[in-house]
Amino acid sequence: MTALLELAIDEKRYGERRILHGFHLRLEAGEIVSLIGASGCGKSSLLSIAAGLDPAYRGSVRLRGGAVRGTHAEIGLIFQEPRLFPWLTVEQNIAFGANGAPDAGRIAALLEEVGLAGYGKSLPKQLSGGQAQRVAIARGLYTQPRVLLLDEPFSAVDAFTRMRLQDLLARVAAQHRLSVLLVTHDIDEALYLSDRIVLMDGVPGPARAEFEVNHERPRERAVLATSRLKPAILDSLHAVHAI
Amino acid sequence: MKPHTIELPLPSTPPRKILLRLPLGLLLPLLAVAGLELGVRSGLVPANLMPAPSEIGSTLLWLAEHGLGAHLAASCLRVAGGFVAGAVLALLLGALVALNARAERLLDPTFQALRAIPSLAWVPLLLLWFGIDETPKLILIAIGAFFPVYMGVVSGIRGVDRKLIEVGQLYRLAPLALARRVMLPAALPAILTGLRNGLSLAWMFMVAAELIAASRGLGYLLSDGRESSRADIMLGAIVLLALLGKLSDTAMGALEGRLLSWRDSYANRGAR
Repeated sequence: MTALLELAIDEKRYGERRILHGFHLRLEAGEIVSLIGASGCGKSSLLSIAAGLDPAYRGSVRLRGGAVRGTHAEIGLIFQEPRLFPWLTVEQNIAFGANGAPDAGRIAALLEEVGLAGYGKSLPKQLSGGQAQRVAIARGLYTQPRVLLLDEPFSAVDAFTRMRLQDLLARVAAQHRLSVLLVTHDIDEALYLSDRIVLMDGVPGPARAEFEVNHERPRERAVLATSRLKPAILDSLHAVHAI
Repeated sequence: MKPHTIELPLPSTPPRKILLRLPLGLLLPLLAVAGLELGVRSGLVPANLMPAPSEIGSTLLWLAEHGLGAHLAASCLRVAGGFVAGAVLALLLGALVALNARAERLLDPTFQALRAIPSLAWVPLLLLWFGIDETPKLILIAIGAFFPVYMGVVSGIRGVDRKLIEVGQLYRLAPLALARRVMLPAALPAILTGLRNGLSLAWMFMVAAELIAASRGLGYLLSDGRESSRADIMLGAIVLLALLGKLSDTAMGALEGRLLSWRDSYANRGAR
């Protein structure tokens, strides 16, 4: 069976430095996969390649078996920072990726979904960091991608907001039947959200380890805190000198 | 245990003061005018060098009945024409240089060299080439307006946040749409600053052009006043220049405030 998204990166270099080498990853339809690993192990580069923003690599990105070069309407990306356009209102930011006239009904539904109903006419400068990131999530969903890539999307918000945004992501991923590839530094976040956790090695190469997360959904943070996966993941991270 | 509560007096709202709110910026000019008037009348200031404000006022009134309108119109039209020509050219060339690396390598060194020439150095040459017609004046004003606008456009577009451009690329904007929807609005603050500086330089170069060769305009009034040793005419022209310059700059400032109200900046801190 062909995977929804298949990344096969033979090599990615920044000048003399090799970032990725022989890295393969399959993402099934509706699957949520977290990527964890030390800083500088190429997680963000991998997302840039998958999103089509970085054409300078050897290898292939395949969507349902078909090779993708450049950006693709069905592959969305949410950045570490909200990256809203400060001169556009929240509504205009959400509909930024649309061709043609913005769909007011869908914008309102998305605003409702991310808990920002009534904020449509606000400017980004009037939002808090967590609100801005929620608008970024709504913008990422507006174009109805099948695959959503997220690059440490909740790393810049406080702990409470982060938990709320994680719940939001779990909910919208289920509702929109999205496949999600999430880069994170947060083991608890990976355990809470993912079906599978992929550990990237400190040196460029294939994935170091994979963990299936079989906990039932909806998940409870308190249960996950005692999950036996957590020490296993921590051990692996120690082994690759990430911590 | 029941929580304690303390009765605090409500903060009393101070009685709202009704003040005639004159702009604070008027204070210094008014004080200077009043001081001069007193100084001249008491004989402390020689009236032939520094006429009293009231005399300048009456001179302006006299001029108003004897062709001041034509002088004003001539100067304003020159500024408008030269500024628009210089600014439009600077917007186009600046955008080209900022967006196209080859155009930058080709054009930018030349522009930087031309920018280093004090623009007044062009005057004799322009007079030789185009005579004392309207043309050399408009060209000189256009040169004056060109460089601030050009620098604003180039630095504005170069300074656009790469992260915002990436968002545009993610949503597969065509190059033209990327320029229109991302680059232009992001560069707008620097472009407007350039336009504002360009406009004030246009006024400066208008006076320079008219001082040298003109039969109408505020610069002509200045040189006419010098030849007839009429300090009141010169000062009247200077007052008018100050008013017109301030007026056009205020208009540009208002436009800037309107177009950039989205900015989360110190200047907009009251607008949240």
